[in-house]
Amino acid sequence: MSEHRINVEVNGRQQHATIEGRLTLGDFLRVNCGYTGVHLGCEHGVCGACTVIVDGKAVRSCLMLAVQADGAKITTVEGLASPDGALHPVQQAMRDEHALQCGFCTPGVVMTLAALTQDGARPSSETLLDAMSGHICRCTGYQGIRRAARKLAGENS
Amino acid sequence: MSAPGTGAARYIGQRVPRKEDARLLTGRGQFVDDVAVPGMLHIAFARSPIARGRIVSIDTSAARDLPGVHAVFTYEDIKDQQADFLSFYLAPIEVRVTPLADGRVAHVGDPVALVVAQDRYVAEDAVSLIEVAYEEEDPVVTLDDARNNPSIHPDAESNIAADMGDEDIDDNLQALLDNAPHLITHKVIHQRISQSPMETRGVVAVPEGPEELTVYITCQSPHAVARWLSLVLGMPQGSIRVIAKDVGGSFGLKNHPWREETSAILAARKLGRPIKWIEDRLENLTAANQAREQEMTLRVAFDAEAKLVASHGDYSVNNGAYPLGADANIAVHMFIWPAYKMPAYSFLSRGWYTNTIGLAAYRGPWAMESLARETALDAAARKIGVDPIEIRRRNLISLKDQPATSGLGVYVDDITPAECLEKLLQNFDVAAFRAEQAAARKEGRYLGLGIATYIEPTGAAGSISVMTGELAQLRIEPTGKVTAMMSTHSQGHGTQTTMAQVIADRLGVPYDDVTVFEGDSSRGGYTPGAAGSRQGVIGGGAAIKASELLADKVKRLAAHLLNANTESIRIEAGMVHVEGAPEMSRTLRSIAETAYGEPDKLPQDFEAGLEAQYRYTPPPVTFTSAAHACVVEVDIDTGFVKIQRWISSEDCGTVIHPAVVEGQIAGGLAQAIGTVLLEEMSFDDRGNPTAATYKDYMLPAISDVPTFEFLHANTPSKSVGGIRGVGEGGAIIGPPTLVNAIADALSQFGELPVDLPLTPSKLLDFIEGRPVRKPKEAKRAPPTPASPPPSAPQPAAAAAPSATAVSADGDWAMTIHSQMGAQEMKARFSTEGGRLTGKLMSDQGDQEFEGRAAGDTVAWEMKVTKPVSLTLKYDLKIEGDKLSGKVKMGIFGTSKVTGERL
Ligand code: FES
Ligand code: FES
Repeated sequence: MSEHRINVEVNGRQQHATIEGRLTLGDFLRVNCGYTGVHLGCEHGVCGACTVIVDGKAVRSCLMLAVQADGAKITTVEGLASPDGALHPVQQAMRDEHALQCGFCTPGVVMTLAALTQDGARPSSETLLDAMSGHICRCTGYQGIRRAARKLAGENS
Repeated sequence: MSAPGTGAARYIGQRVPRKEDARLLTGRGQFVDDVAVPGMLHIAFARSPIARGRIVSIDTSAARDLPGVHAVFTYEDIKDQQADFLSFYLAPIEVRVTPLADGRVAHVGDPVALVVAQDRYVAEDAVSLIEVAYEEEDPVVTLDDARNNPSIHPDAESNIAADMGDEDIDDNLQALLDNAPHLITHKVIHQRISQSPMETRGVVAVPEGPEELTVYITCQSPHAVARWLSLVLGMPQGSIRVIAKDVGGSFGLKNHPWREETSAILAARKLGRPIKWIEDRLENLTAANQAREQEMTLRVAFDAEAKLVASHGDYSVNNGAYPLGADANIAVHMFIWPAYKMPAYSFLSRGWYTNTIGLAAYRGPWAMESLARETALDAAARKIGVDPIEIRRRNLISLKDQPATSGLGVYVDDITPAECLEKLLQNFDVAAFRAEQAAARKEGRYLGLGIATYIEPTGAAGSISVMTGELAQLRIEPTGKVTAMMSTHSQGHGTQTTMAQVIADRLGVPYDDVTVFEGDSSRGGYTPGAAGSRQGVIGGGAAIKASELLADKVKRLAAHLLNANTESIRIEAGMVHVEGAPEMSRTLRSIAETAYGEPDKLPQDFEAGLEAQYRYTPPPVTFTSAAHACVVEVDIDTGFVKIQRWISSEDCGTVIHPAVVEGQIAGGLAQAIGTVLLEEMSFDDRGNPTAATYKDYMLPAISDVPTFEFLHANTPSKSVGGIRGVGEGGAIIGPPTLVNAIADALSQFGELPVDLPLTPSKLLDFIEGRPVRKPKEAKRAPPTPASPPPSAPQPAAAAAPSATAVSADGDWAMTIHSQMGAQEMKARFSTEGGRLTGKLMSDQGDQEFEGRAAGDTVAWEMKVTKPVSLTLKYDLKIEGDKLSGKVKMGIFGTSKVTGERL
């Protein structure tokens, strides 16, 4: 097995690890780092549940190897809320609009919306809804997710 | 919400923030794969690549030698441990099911061996080193294959897994069908569906010494799983604790554990180590139990005014190889007509074994009734030349027609499908739509309107023994806060929220002060969990009753402490007030502190503390009604369907939380859209699944699902709280609504075959006049079948009396093995020539009968009135001190009978 030393910043904390080349970023974050909010729904890049932010971009952590993240800055859903516990605006919009039921797809949905609205960006609701078409939610029928996306775009739902 | 002191805050009916969301939105939920236990090992399964065959040899040596592998188990290695599989009803499974394949495989994906390793990566490496030699046999894949081939299971007589109804149509019904002015014969084909919860199946089994077991599992009820495991493994239930805090959806898949979860638990007990198995999506799509795959031919006769005269349904469902209980789906027939004035109905219903993945439930397992009926009504309306709304108005049961009892004994007295339809029509201008449709047609655009109505049985309890009531255990803590241990369980339902609303509302405390615990078999009590849209109805009723008991207790104590009348005490917003004496108000906390800590101050005979519990059993069934409308545009060049508008008009009684109710309906409707347009789990000729990823099995995305509009009617039900269930409805009424809209849009091309999913290519075939389904040759049995096809049962009287006949005379211990479990009774026979007299004795009472005896057989008929009026036809064979045979139980099908001489 190939062993690799990597150094990654996850949710503001440095993680040094020696890992196998084949370890996915999703498994690394869940098992090695304990961020179990990273959910694996399909492990083949379709459902979007495993989405995290890598160097500012929404990435499917099931399709990326942990070695590829060497040197990167990663945010998972655990790293979004303020240290005082206040929800991130995306999380708050999701809560207000009842955009989740079982919550399994939720971290991925939140991370994609957070990536698109970071640093005060305010994309149109079309942009946000387009991005949402890459996330599968089996529970909600997407009604609340659509309302939350519109709210984040500054539209009244 | 009202301020404290101005009256009790009403929480029932409010869109309060969900209790679950704070943890789920921040990644702090606890799903089964999030559980890690020290020393935990991981499992991967070696699975069959063929649909049917004999296992010649299994070589696991290379797998065992791989570093990091702790064990490799085949069936031989774990067969010393008990695993007597049971159905959801806790009845024995009709064919032999083993945790791992025993000598033969019966579907692609059949688990053949398992590897226990340090992590999943190594476990999968080792699986690839296991070598299995098979002797492949021709698989039975489709319903037609099943009908035309001998049994796939050595221990089943034929491929009929379960059957109900009558093979021969009653002459009167046939005459009604034949002589009616209008008769339509409507065939509906429903594809196989993968429930596809976003969280796959999974388990962490933690043996705690030889006698105790903790199981973390993703499921629909930890209590039901504990009960099931206790019986299947033969362990005392008290030694099993099942925990399922957060569950990522289920939709019928996770009712109880099946082969893989059981294998993982057996492996953990064998090794004495915690073991985790998390299904990956490939396994979930190609090996987890699936649902639906069914066909129905519905004949419906109408009089000259388009009023219903009679109907007959012929239904088949593919049970696969190892269904979670063989099923002919009688509910399809029970619920097809009770919302309509249907004078006569009969049916034939069959479940068939095939070499495919076994059948499980999916949201609204009987939904085929609404699909078949509502699409048949539209087809009939087009044929007869009446409006689809008018045909429903003429035939629906409205409130003034009730109470009414359907031909199959379904009693309704408060259903409102007709009223829901009228409300829908007040909010949707049909005339304006028809004008728009006609104008669009001139421009070459095809718009369609679909309408459907239905009723749904919810909150069932009491008539099937596992479908119990629900339990609420409440406590006002010494802090004044309220904790509730509920038997409910959420797989997204939000019961921690809705139950807290009910309790806060009825107890008079702030919503934030109520915490609901569930998801652990050591808390709350037994229930079957989220099955049959029951938790709001029954859990809500239990929470109300327990809150009232506890409020009474608070009032009694407060009256005693404050020297007031019990009637004058009010509990509001966590304060206890005496009416007309505001200065005497106390916090609930101070009353609670006294209740627990100052026994001397309590009234006589007052049990210390503030605790109450109630197990609520509701009326046997509570009906929810609805009417839906949907508008589509079909692009006739591409076959794509665009849903423009969808309105739901439903009556679910008291609404606890509108966003939760709408969420349930919307989720069901999205699944309905997937069913009608996208999802299809199919198999090739060799029984290989053709969808193994979400690129092939297409789930609806946000772009496929429109914004739904909701109209709520709130006719309170007769259950405590007036609640009606709403968990499954969208998935039941959604498919016919959408199919009707597409058929309406394309009506000029003829009558659209209902053959799901209606993919763009199928719609183009239809529009362009090609056959929608290419006829497939059903596989025929070889001329000399391995096991003979079932022979027609010989009538008892036809058997020649033989000189060596054994006498049936005497007392017998007899068991009827029905789908609902075993029924024990005592039988007494006495024969004289060809005449049989006898008596059946059970805890239900005694009943005498007369019949025929010939040779070594006895046969008789007897009428029973419970659960419904039926004639039972017994046909038994005596061999020495054993008897065996069958009893035909009318619409409930045929059950096996065994017995021993006493
Ligand atoms: S788990 Fe990564 S996209 Fe589904
Ligand atoms: S909330 Fe369950 S999958 Fe989206």
